[in-house]
Formats: sequence, C-alpha cells, structure tokens
Amino acid sequence: MAALVEVDKMTIGWGDFTLMKELDFEIEEGEIMVILGGSGCGKSTLMRHIIGLETPKSGTARLVGQQPAGEGSPPFGVMFQSGALFGSMTLLENVSLPLVKWTDLAPDDVEAVARARLRLVSLDGFENHLPSEISGGMKKRAGIARAMALEPRILFLDEPSAGLDPISAVELDELILTLNASLGVTTVLVTHELESIFKIARRCIMLDKQAQGIIADGDPRELRDHSTDPRVHRFFNRLPASTGANP
Amino acid sequence: MGTARQTAAEGPFRVERAGLDGDKVQIRVAGQVEIAQAPGFSRALQQAIQAADRAVLVDISGLTRLDGGSAAILYGLRQRSTARGVPLEILGARGDVAEIMKLYDDAAAQAILKGEPSDSAIEQVGAVTLAFAGGVKGILDFIGQVTRAVLRAPLRPSTINWRDLGRHMEQVGADALPIVVLISFLIGLVMAFQSAGTLASYGANVFLADMVGLSMTRLMGPLMMAILVAGRSGAGISAELGTMKVSEEIDALRTLGLDPIGFLVIPRVLALVLMVPFLTLLADLVGIVGGGIIGITLLDLTPASFINRLTEALDLWDVGTGVLLSLAYGVAIGLIACERGLATSGGAEGVGRFTTAAVVTILFHLVIITSVLTSLFMFWGI
Repeated sequence: MAALVEVDKMTIGWGDFTLMKELDFEIEEGEIMVILGGSGCGKSTLMRHIIGLETPKSGTARLVGQQPAGEGSPPFGVMFQSGALFGSMTLLENVSLPLVKWTDLAPDDVEAVARARLRLVSLDGFENHLPSEISGGMKKRAGIARAMALEPRILFLDEPSAGLDPISAVELDELILTLNASLGVTTVLVTHELESIFKIARRCIMLDKQAQGIIADGDPRELRDHSTDPRVHRFFNRLPASTGANP
Repeated sequence: MGTARQTAAEGPFRVERAGLDGDKVQIRVAGQVEIAQAPGFSRALQQAIQAADRAVLVDISGLTRLDGGSAAILYGLRQRSTARGVPLEILGARGDVAEIMKLYDDAAAQAILKGEPSDSAIEQVGAVTLAFAGGVKGILDFIGQVTRAVLRAPLRPSTINWRDLGRHMEQVGADALPIVVLISFLIGLVMAFQSAGTLASYGANVFLADMVGLSMTRLMGPLMMAILVAGRSGAGISAELGTMKVSEEIDALRTLGLDPIGFLVIPRVLALVLMVPFLTLLADLVGIVGGGIIGITLLDLTPASFINRLTEALDLWDVGTGVLLSLAYGVAIGLIACERGLATSGGAEGVGRFTTAAVVTILFHLVIITSVLTSLFMFWGI
C-alpha cells in the first residue's frame, strides 16, 4: 500500500515549549488509524499539524496524492469534535458548501449529491434542519457528511464518539467501518475511547506527554495483549498511574 | 533528641519544637487536625519553623487524624520554607494520615515551581513589548489579508461570499432603523432644547437651524451612528466570529478550502461600509427634524423659516464630510470587530473578553478617526 500521509521529523511546540519531538510516521492508503494517548498529550494538536491548520516548529507533514475536486481543493475531509457545522446554514447547505465552492455542478446536482451524502450518514429527512435543531450525534454525522462531500481519499475525525450515548457511538463506529470498507476511505481518528479503538482500528499510534513522542505503533489488540511498555499496558488496561503495574 | 521544648496548642493538636535531630531542627506534631483547626495549626507550625536557622524535620507520627486541607497546608509550608533556603522534611505519617499525605503530595508541582522562577521586571517589560509587537503584526497581517482579498475580488468574484451580503446589510441597516430613528431624533431634540434659551436671549432664534443642522451633519450624526453601530453590530460580529472560532467552525472553513476573509470578513465589512453612511444620512435628517420641532414649539419659528435658514446654513460638503467620516467609521468597525472575532481564544470566557476588547478598541479608533479627519477637513477648508 502507498503512503497517503508522510510525517517527517516533525517537532510541535510554541516558543520555548516543545510538545512533541521529531515525529516520524506514515499513514497507508485504506487503513483506519487511531492517534491515541492521555488527555493533553497532543493528539488533536498533531492532527491539526498534519492537516495544515498549525505550522510545526520543524519537519513536515505531507499529504500525498491527488486533490479530488481539482487544483486548490482540500485533499482531505475533516470532522471536528463538535461537528463545527455552520449554525446559520441548514444541513443541506452545510454539505453543499464545498461542492458549490470546488465543483461546477449545477444547483440541482449539488443538491442531489448533498442529499446523498446526508443519506449515507442516515440523516435523510433532516436536510432542512439547522444544526441547533439536531442532537450531538447527528451533528457529528452531518460533520462527516460534509467532510465526505468532495469524496476525499482520507478523512480525519477528531474525537468522533466523545459525548455520545453508547448507541450513537456504536452507530458512528459502524459508519466509519462502512465508509472504509465500501468507499476505501483512509481514516485517521483522534480518540481515547477504547471500545471504538478495538472495534475499528487496524493500527494506532500512542503519544506520551513525558516522552514527547510516539511510544507505541501497531495493532491496538496486539499492543493491549503483548506490549511490554508499562505506559501502554496501563492505558489499554485502564490502570491508574499510581498502580505502577507492569505487564 | 531535643533539649528545648516549646508547645503551641490551639486545639486538639500539639506542635512542639523538640530540639535537634542530628543537624536538623525537629518539630513534632500530634493530635487531630481538621479544617476548623487548620488556621491555628498553620500559625503554630509557621511560628516553630520561622525560628529555625537550619533544615527542619517535621515529625507527624503523632497525628491520628489529618484532613486534606491541612495536608495541603503542610506541603505549602514545606514549599515556602524550602524556597527561603530552609529545607523542610515531613516524615512519620501513619495509617489514614499517610494516605491523605500521599493523596495531596505536591512533589511534582514543587518541581515545576522550582523550575519556573518569577520573571524580573525587565523580563516582564520585554514580554509585554513582544506581545504588543505580536499584536501589531497580527493586525497588519489581517489588514494585508483583507486588502488582498478586496483587490482579488474583481478578478475572482467567487472568492467572496456574496450570498450573505444582503443578510448582513439587513442586520446592520434595516434592523437598526428603529433605534437609529429614536436616538437621533432625541439627540436633535435635546441639543436644540439645551440651546433654545441662550439663542432666545440673544434674539437669534432662527440660528437654531444652523446649530442643529451643522452639528448633526458634520459630527453628531456620523459619530452617534458609529457608536450605536459599534455597540450593536460591532459587538455582534465580534461575538459571532469569536463563537465560530472557539467552536472550530473557522478551522472547518479552512479545511474545506474556503478563505475566512472572503467568506466571513469581506461581506461583513462591506455591509458596514454600505449601511453606516445610509444610517448617518437618516440620523442627520431625523435629528434635524427633532431640532426643528423645538424651534417651532419653543422659539416661534415657522417650518418654512426653519427650512429656509437650514438650506442657507448647510452646503453639500457639510453633509459630505459627515458621509466621509461615516465611511471611515464603517471600515474601522468592520475590520476591528472581525479581527478581534477571529483572534478569539479561550472558550466562552474568551468570547466575552474579545468582544469587550473589540468594542473598546472600536470606540478608541472612532475618536482617533474623528480627530484626524476633522483636522484634515479644516485644513482642506471643507
């Protein structure tokens, strides 16, 4: 498989402060990868650096491959933690926005595509609702529909199941698996929801604040059962730091 | 063990200076300490520690009960004592007391505090200067981005979100009409009322038209409208963009390949630039009507004499300078409100802080713009 994202010796920080040092990894086409770690270790920050919302202190993050909607269009889709839908627009308008901006589709076609995207995330019937009129889980699904509007080859999801009830969280996991299996969308998730991780991820990288970098990279089930690193062992087995438990 | 023995008992606990243990001053603490006894406990310990001229060892093996607050006080004393060069060691905790001490152990926090000495005055001045320079750079950068977007708009109209322009014009202009009419009418009325007595005493009743007409068109109309728009639309824009920023909507726009300047800023600034002069002209008119009513009711002017005098007193430039002022006000309100909104950080509290900053900055700049432009108008003789 070819690499879709290449992170090369990327150091993240501000001023004199360094959060992560010389990160080096690739994200392969077609995989579902999770960036995980404890609260405040820099998971979302790393994602923001990969998608170019922040500039690293040194090193690079390169998104390889074609832009699906042509020159200038974003080569990826992003769903933010809150969904980040535009409050003054209906769900249909939210999803239509990137299509209007980056394609020459006629208005009727834009609407048809946007409706199809919303149907994909089971939001048909809610096209004319404002974000304030739907639940948190629906906002996240609508955020995915908007991120998928231009059919990017790679999708970044920031804490997709945070704050959701168990059923909505499971439905969201199913949706991510479906998008990956049916459309071949490479997916990068930031999360620390272990149930989600074991269910959907084939690979995870674990960040650690103290180590200022990646302390584990591999299949989450393998890491849970066989990692010899006590930090990884504690994380996957939900053990508090005070136990000092080793595998 | 100790030779001298001091006791400070202020409750069901004892704090004793037990002499020397090796080269350390030993202090023994015993009994029970809960939050009610904590102030006395703290005073007694501080007294005992302050008298020490060398390392201190606090033996708490005699404590049978200690609550979390008192444990925190113990650790706080250790931190302060160590900071003034008298190392303090706490030992001997047993049972529940040991558990509480472990729970509240702030060794890590101490290590961080030790590593971060407070900045000197020069360093603080330097930090503030750098922050100010960073702020100026940010504002210049923002103005540059807006200028580039405006210059690019005729060549690539699709970079601007024209669809929202009408909605913003309605919000800034049409929705503000009732308050604009009311305020400017009252200003004209009050201004005329205040000067009516003086004018009447000199028999200069008819000059009320000059006074109201010139002050409304040249300054009061534009400035009052700008203040009203700053409080109403400026604060609204800043809070709206600030909320979008903290809820990651601005980031979402960027990831969709949309430029927040063209999509959010230009329509708002344009709406202000188009609507503030319109509101100003309306304010001029309504304010003059307010003044005219006073002239007719209190100074025995006829509507015809008031209007005749008004047309003699005012020329096109009087209205024109007011419109020029209002154009500058519109640009300033739009740019500052948008810049502060997009610079917002720190959640809901940040939105409030940056919105307040936006309004204060706008009002400050309105005064600057007024001073500069009125001086220029005088210099140019208009």
